Amino acid sequence: MRVMVFVKATEDSEQGMTPSPELDQMFVDMGKFNEELVNAGVMVAGDGLKPSSFGKRVAFDGPSRTVIDGPFAETRELVAGYWLWEVKDMDEAVEWVKRCPNPMFGPSEIEIRPLYEMEDFADIIPPEAAAIHDGVGEKLAKS
Amino acid sequence: MAADATHRAIEAVFRIERARLIATLARMTRDVDRAEELAQDALMLALAEWPRAGVPANPGAWLTAAAKRRAIDGFRRSAMQERKHAEIAREADGACDMSIEHLEARLDDDLGDELLGLIFAACHPVLSPEARAALTLRLVGGLTTLEIARAFLSNEAAIAARITRAKKAIAKAGVAFEVPRGRALAPRLASVLEVVYLIFNEGYAATSGPDLVRPPLCAEAQRLGRILAGLMPEEPEVLALLALMEIQASRLAARAGADGAFVPLTEQNRARWDQLLIRRGLKALERVDALGGADGPYALQAALAACHARARRAEDTDWKRIAALYDRLGQVMPSPVVELNRAVAHSMAFGPEAGLALVDAIAGEAALRNYAPLPAARGDFLLRAGRKAEAKAAFEAAAALTANERERDFLLGRAAACR
Repeated sequence: MRVMVFVKATEDSEQGMTPSPELDQMFVDMGKFNEELVNAGVMVAGDGLKPSSFGKRVAFDGPSRTVIDGPFAETRELVAGYWLWEVKDMDEAVEWVKRCPNPMFGPSEIEIRPLYEMEDFADIIPPEAAAIHDGVGEKLAKS
Repeated sequence: MAADATHRAIEAVFRIERARLIATLARMTRDVDRAEELAQDALMLALAEWPRAGVPANPGAWLTAAAKRRAIDGFRRSAMQERKHAEIAREADGACDMSIEHLEARLDDDLGDELLGLIFAACHPVLSPEARAALTLRLVGGLTTLEIARAFLSNEAAIAARITRAKKAIAKAGVAFEVPRGRALAPRLASVLEVVYLIFNEGYAATSGPDLVRPPLCAEAQRLGRILAGLMPEEPEVLALLALMEIQASRLAARAGADGAFVPLTEQNRARWDQLLIRRGLKALERVDALGGADGPYALQAALAACHARARRAEDTDWKRIAALYDRLGQVMPSPVVELNRAVAHSMAFGPEAGLALVDAIAGEAALRNYAPLPAARGDFLLRAGRKAEAKAAFEAAAALTANERERDFLLGRAAACR
């Protein structure tokens, strides 16, 4: 199964990166952890995200679309980085996350979310809807 | 944590560590069976101790140390062949040394070396490809015999017997749990890659049974491919095989229609191709080129898969380039199956008559006598050349030869459409 692993932001990460010996060390530790993930065949993708001050949001309400510039409040709900992993189950994902060096200079949180896979949709989406979904894909592919 | 949650956590840790643990123990005891037993013993110890004492900071090292202690106890208990065992025990005592100097000395030996050694042993050419595949899935993939039996549509007893025989054959041949060096490496590596691709193909193009694809088997092969690419990042053919599998797997969702029926490449809904896997595949292929490995058999096959992956629509496919790549593949890896695919590529690039000429040249090959794709391709060329009656007969012949039910339905459908 595939899981998305979110590194949650902190006040620090929202400030951006300032060079320091601690930051260097974190890069080394994180590099080693990433290497372990690659060597175990777990890593599919992953990146760090710039602070939300570089980000934008688009708010939807009926037909209206409103663009909101960052930075955004509720820091702890923001994402500072992500991985996409291939693991056997959630237990294995949890154990891998426990091995991750603390990604922040203080208390921090990492969240694991399983992706919907092909077979999950089989029971959720009725065949007619799946056919429409496929048709839309077809048009997109041909455009 | 509730006891049940702790147990599940310990088992997850064990699954992560298992292959490496068995690799270390196999190298130490030179006995895969014993290595598996010792690893299992270490798990039992962890299940007894960790719920009380907590999960150690480095669970992998804990499990390794525990298993090694058991191994040494075993050596000591055994009174027979005393001197030989004492020797191994001394060696093992040394291996148990977890001091900094010792760990640093081992860094020189490459940290992933033991796992690679296990993979090379499990894929040793003394074993048949099927035996290698079963043993690799068991030892490296951590699949149970039942899971392997399901994957290969066999029964558990047959797979268990196959694995037992394979372990005995390895022991009898005195196979070392080491990565071969120098000139010995290339043929042994080819043997490893063959097994990984065999596992992948059994998932991707199920040769029998009711399902067209078995994605978990593909995922397992991709995982093995990613492990190998992580441990041997300078080997072009390792990266090429990974590229090939990533790109082919990107089409898994599009390969079977909503009713489970086979959808040929040119008719697949390309919006359902997994672009992340395609990007990973193309990136690995770039690295293969940079390493000067573009002419390897897996590199050429990956380049072929990449041609399809790059075409946004079926009609954008660069069939001339595909035909040229097959011409080259036919020289690097001559095989009747490659020739058949070459015929298909030429039919798409230069017209059905070009395909017919090539396919008729290989029709007498013994290896293709009962090979369903041959009459299927022939039927396709004949239909496109307007020879409908002959096309119908060819599709029917192909349907009679395939063991996959979905594919048979597809071919009979094509035969019925020849009017």
